[in-house]
Amino acid sequence: MYPNDFRYTREHEWIKVEGDEGVVGITDFAQHQLGDIIFVELPAVGKELAARQSIGVVESVKSVSDVYAPVPGVVTAVNEALGQTADLLNKDPHGQGWIVRIRIKDPKDLEGLLSAGDYEKYLEGLEH
Amino acid sequence: MIKEIREPLIFEISEPGKRAAELPVLDVPAKKDLLAGVPLRRELEGFPEVSETEITRHFTRLSQKNYCVDMGLYPLGSCTMKYNPKINERLAAHPAFAASHPLASDDLVQGNLEVLKKLEGFLCEIAGMDAFTLHPAAGAHGELTGMLIIRAALEARGDARKHVLIPDSAHGTNPSSAHICGYTVREIKSNDKGTIDLASLEEAMTDEVAALMVTNPNTLGVFESDICRIAEIVHAKGGLVYMDGANMNALTGIVRPGDMGVDVMHINLHKTFSTPHGGGGPGSGPVGVTKELAPFLPVPVIAEKGGRYALDFDRPGSIGRVRAYFGNFGIAVRALCYILSLGPRGVREIAEFAVLNANYIRKSLEGEFHLKYTTASMHECVFSDKLQKEFGVTNLDISKRLIDYGLHPPTMSFPLIVHGALMIEPTETESRRDLDLFIAAMKAIAREARETPDLLRSAPHVTYVGRLDEVAAAKFPVLRWEKKP
Amino acid sequence: MSYLSLSDKDKAEMLARTGAGSIADLFCCIPEEVRLDRPLDLPAAQSELELVRTVEGLGRKNAYAGLLSFLGGGAYDHFIPTVVDYLSSRGEFVSPYTPYQPEVSQGTLQVIFEYQTLVCQLTGLDIANASLYDGSTGAAEAVLMAQRVTNRNKVLVAASLHPQYRQVVRTYIRNLGLEAVEIGFGADGRVDRDALGRALDDKTAAVIFQSPNFFGVVEDIQGLSDAAHAAKALSVAVVAEALSLGLLEAPGRLGVDIVTGEGQSLGLPPSFGGPYLGFMACKKEFLRQMPGRIAGQTVDKEGRRGFVLTLSTREQHIRRERATSNICTNQALCALRATIFMETLGKQGLREMAWQNAQKAAYAADRLSAVPGVKMRFSGPFFNEFVLDLPKPWAAVDAGLRAKGIVGGYGLEADYPGIGSAALVCVTELRTKDEIDRLARALREVVS
Repeated sequence: MYPNDFRYTREHEWIKVEGDEGVVGITDFAQHQLGDIIFVELPAVGKELAARQSIGVVESVKSVSDVYAPVPGVVTAVNEALGQTADLLNKDPHGQGWIVRIRIKDPKDLEGLLSAGDYEKYLEGLEH
Repeated sequence: MIKEIREPLIFEISEPGKRAAELPVLDVPAKKDLLAGVPLRRELEGFPEVSETEITRHFTRLSQKNYCVDMGLYPLGSCTMKYNPKINERLAAHPAFAASHPLASDDLVQGNLEVLKKLEGFLCEIAGMDAFTLHPAAGAHGELTGMLIIRAALEARGDARKHVLIPDSAHGTNPSSAHICGYTVREIKSNDKGTIDLASLEEAMTDEVAALMVTNPNTLGVFESDICRIAEIVHAKGGLVYMDGANMNALTGIVRPGDMGVDVMHINLHKTFSTPHGGGGPGSGPVGVTKELAPFLPVPVIAEKGGRYALDFDRPGSIGRVRAYFGNFGIAVRALCYILSLGPRGVREIAEFAVLNANYIRKSLEGEFHLKYTTASMHECVFSDKLQKEFGVTNLDISKRLIDYGLHPPTMSFPLIVHGALMIEPTETESRRDLDLFIAAMKAIAREARETPDLLRSAPHVTYVGRLDEVAAAKFPVLRWEKKP
Repeated sequence: MSYLSLSDKDKAEMLARTGAGSIADLFCCIPEEVRLDRPLDLPAAQSELELVRTVEGLGRKNAYAGLLSFLGGGAYDHFIPTVVDYLSSRGEFVSPYTPYQPEVSQGTLQVIFEYQTLVCQLTGLDIANASLYDGSTGAAEAVLMAQRVTNRNKVLVAASLHPQYRQVVRTYIRNLGLEAVEIGFGADGRVDRDALGRALDDKTAAVIFQSPNFFGVVEDIQGLSDAAHAAKALSVAVVAEALSLGLLEAPGRLGVDIVTGEGQSLGLPPSFGGPYLGFMACKKEFLRQMPGRIAGQTVDKEGRRGFVLTLSTREQHIRRERATSNICTNQALCALRATIFMETLGKQGLREMAWQNAQKAAYAADRLSAVPGVKMRFSGPFFNEFVLDLPKPWAAVDAGLRAKGIVGGYGLEADYPGIGSAALVCVTELRTKDEIDRLARALREVVS
């Protein structure tokens, strides 16, 4: 379910590292909790993000959730496709439903994140 | 309700040349060069053209698609859907009031000013506050006004401070109102009784905190028994206590916020004082304050001298105007009528029988539905769908099935601290027969949840439309009619 | 008069069910020391008959009722067809709550949908909300919205915007880091374009002006919008006299981004200032920044059309402190009245009514400015009200007219210090030629 080459946060974001950049999205668990996603508010390219700073907002019919930067960085691209088809977050949260690309400030910050295995264990804990 | 009548949009039955109103022929010479040089419209494109018969049938049919208090119990928690006395409507529409102009000079509208001043006085007495303003147009507008007053008072003391404390059981307007006043919101956790946790409050209450916003009884229908201690903690650190009076229906004549250490509060005239909700407004949200905070009230203030009334604008400390003119005057007339009808004993009976009715429902449904907090209930009780969840039935399904029984659902969207909430507020005006009908329906639904859960999940079954696709509505918004090309 | 529905037997049996020994026991959670130990000090209960006498007695203290009035300035006397009162008084419209349960609220929801459509047609804009409290708070909300849209913190406010609306805007923005700069007016009564040009900069979120403005003068809306847009600011038009939109070009077709205003003219009595109806419409790209409820069309499982409240993630009950506004209600019953009013007047009637207002005001302006010493203050075009310069202090003129049973207008000195003896005179379709002539005669006698 959760790709092994991603790192995860306890707030249900994932980051996939590609060179000095990372692709960020929300996890399958998160999209299930939110239900039908109808709108994603995206940041401007070039925006600097501190750790745990809000990247944007994901809205379903009756809820609003912040998406946070897993690690500090600078936004290099946003998933423009979400403007028309926010439900990509429901359909393919770990792929086409990516939200932003960031240039990672310091790869060391990634060490604090969860592995796929740890994240799955963390989810099991939540369900009890 | 008759199921089959589908009423088109007025635009869909419009035909050129039809009219439902005519004016007298112009009795002054018509100018040809009227508004020369100003862009005028050729026609009101898309505006309907129908007859008076069609107008009357259109709105009569539409009205029949609404549930309302005049039809039956409307147990929306925290909304106080009580009966709206008809005489109050008639008196508010009396031409002496309805035709009076807000820019007329004071001496021409002494009756209006007396209505407002009298109502302010009655609210002061009922709430135990020293002064009231009737300017705010709704409860949320009252919150904004009240928080602006707090900010102005603290600024006058030298420091507006940074944060506002709000319990996690609060209504969403509280944080939103605090935010517009430039404050950041800090949430206070509830304890296992559903009330404010004193230890958390003491820890959070620093000299950077401007105020605590508290709803009492809170949105669980639970009275904050420690309210005096809560006020002491806030005051000791130089903060102020704001009370959201949304649930004032539980307190009238029994206890007064002003006597419990509250510095500022708002009251919803459309809840406690029976003015109709109108399908979502107009309401009115008067704000009461202690005498220390009175200098900060919005302008104008009505001053009385020897039975004459005048508008006082000379209030250097005032937060300014919060609305043009004098608030929702017509609503104030209705509330005044209500208090005059009830008298001191009747006002006390509001709380007495609102609380009796809520506890009667609570006792009757205990066991059938789960009660997360077993603390004593005031004017409303909050059940949840926990017992029905195992049959795959949610609070939404229970609510929609209630519609099939000819009743309105309870509140479900909050308090956020109860998952699957069913927040029930019957109000004092219900008859036992109507309360029993509701209780019987809820019991039948609890049984259906076990035996025929699909019946609930597909409810309602008797309405003009079934459950509507809210995802599609938000995803592909159609917010107006447009002529087909 | 009590509105309780329980018999003594009911009360006793219900109390027994709750397990409480007495009504007082139900309040045991309230600390003894704060409970009220005396009856409330309120007048004794009244029956309906007594209440009518009391309240009608208060009404009789309003001397205004017997006078011939030419007051406007944001609240207008207009004809209201009887069907408006009749239909809007139905309990099914008056006594429901907000339509959060759409299956049993299709009446209210369809009315809101029709209302939103009419507001869009009237303003020439793409989308409208389900209404706000009134024109003054609508203006304040529009300013906050412009700040959100542009991320800029300065707003240019026309001095010819209703004085009370300007005060409300100032109250709303005082803690939000927004600066309001007032722009004066010229001899034509319109916004001073030179002053506007000087004040517009890259920090300006919006230019907010009223048209017809507080002096009744119709602004050059296209020109103001172009000026705002040149600085990448929004053009925000306030319409305090909604009826004017029956005749004047829709602001949305003249470059305006947000139109907000007061809908009182559309079927609501002046009622001493409220309840009123704030309306708001904007371009569709600002949808997510618009405050207030919105109704939308959708379908149920069977494909039947229905209406719901939608896009509510903008609102306080979901977004809490980050909501677009703290507004929780709309003015549904007032919006219903406006909907019935607009649909009853219809395409021809609304235009006819607006045209008659402009014609009668033009006639009155001619008659009144022909009185020796009385002059039109502004040269700009006006809709149904205008400002007169008077040869005597307004207080004296007002008193003189009052003695003849007339409220001739609204003196401007308090709101516009230095403007001199000037009064705003409003003439709607309800004023007859005879009444206008009577005012002209009376004015002639009073100022001579």
